[in-house]
Amino acid sequence: MHELKAESPVVLTQPAPTLGRAIVVTSGKGGVGKTTTTANLGTALAQRGAKVALIDADVGLRNLDILLGLENRVRYHLLDVLEERVTLDDALVTDKHSPTLFLLAAAQSREKDEVDMEKMRAVVAELRTKFDYVLIDSPAGIERGFQNAVIGAKEAIVVCTPEVSAVRDVDRVVGLLGSAFRPQLIVNRLRPLLVRKGKMLSVDDVNAILRLPLLGVIADEPEIIVSTNRGEPLALRSEGATANAYRAIAARLAGDDVAAPMVEAKESLFGRLGSFFGGRR
Amino acid sequence: MIEFLKRMFGQSGSSSTAKERLRLVLMSDHLSLAPELVEQLKIDLVEVISRYVEVDRTKIEVSFEQQDSALAMLANIPILAVNRPKVEAAAPAAASLPAAHASVAGDDPNAPASAALPRRKRRKKPASKAVTVT
Repeated sequence: MHELKAESPVVLTQPAPTLGRAIVVTSGKGGVGKTTTTANLGTALAQRGAKVALIDADVGLRNLDILLGLENRVRYHLLDVLEERVTLDDALVTDKHSPTLFLLAAAQSREKDEVDMEKMRAVVAELRTKFDYVLIDSPAGIERGFQNAVIGAKEAIVVCTPEVSAVRDVDRVVGLLGSAFRPQLIVNRLRPLLVRKGKMLSVDDVNAILRLPLLGVIADEPEIIVSTNRGEPLALRSEGATANAYRAIAARLAGDDVAAPMVEAKESLFGRLGSFFGGRR
Repeated sequence: MIEFLKRMFGQSGSSSTAKERLRLVLMSDHLSLAPELVEQLKIDLVEVISRYVEVDRTKIEVSFEQQDSALAMLANIPILAVNRPKVEAAAPAAASLPAAHASVAGDDPNAPASAALPRRKRRKKPASKAVTVT
């Protein structure tokens, strides 16, 4: 079921320079799908042939290993590396499915305050010399855990669900990040039917407020829960709307000029009509 | 076209409520002024405007809204009468200004306030002014 299928030829990722791109995945609000996004995006990038390191920066609440199905393979964690008990190579866990995807797990029984931020910056910098992408999964909130996640990053992906609270929190996070991180938006858990019925904010409603480059849209699908149960990111599947959406996001992140997936195309049409009628309010 | 109609009927759905709530909450988030400061701003605003015209202090509305990338302050201040320094013999002057009065009723915020009708409430609107967003 999850054979690796590289749909596009292996392209060397966009800024092909010596240093990889360090991107923090964040949102402010919890439960919007940061970790799911990180796991799937990392998988989709690796399937394109990129070398990808994922850092779970949610110290104390380790979860990224679960979503990747790697919980039994984690021996060492981020704090072991930061405190120089082990090397990066010792702590990086190779993904089960994608040979170019690696995980640096969070410490489960430690606290966010114990992270030495300068060392964190140095570890991300070191990873950038070895990987094309370093995706840093931020914890919820805007306090220390968020700062730990951001310190080594050069870019940001913000994950937002079409909810008032999530949009407000993303707005705050984007304000905190500032333009230096060139934040890009993923709208997650969209339910097109509800949008059509006027019962959910559309992608355009969300982005009329946030005004960010839209990286992609992920619909709320039951199969995402199933994939979480199994520890197999949906991006591994060779077909299906969600897998395709993650692949499109990975392609756009890599700089490919990829057409917007269906969900987005539909929603933005509705959104346009909506803003035409309601935009002045 | 069907979808267009659906969308029209969908306007009453809760997403429009969500949009409105979001708009309001972000407005106050961006405006790093505490509510007391906004209240004080309103008082000061009235004080300045009262030097020129008599306003209905009970019906003043000050709100903030997103316009393009900036936050705009909108003040709706009903004008009751005009205070002119040398107005003892002003009655004929006021009666001779119907044309100027029309421009106040229009949208021109720069219209001379002195042209307002004395008897009736007139709304001065919109007195918009950009406020820097943090």
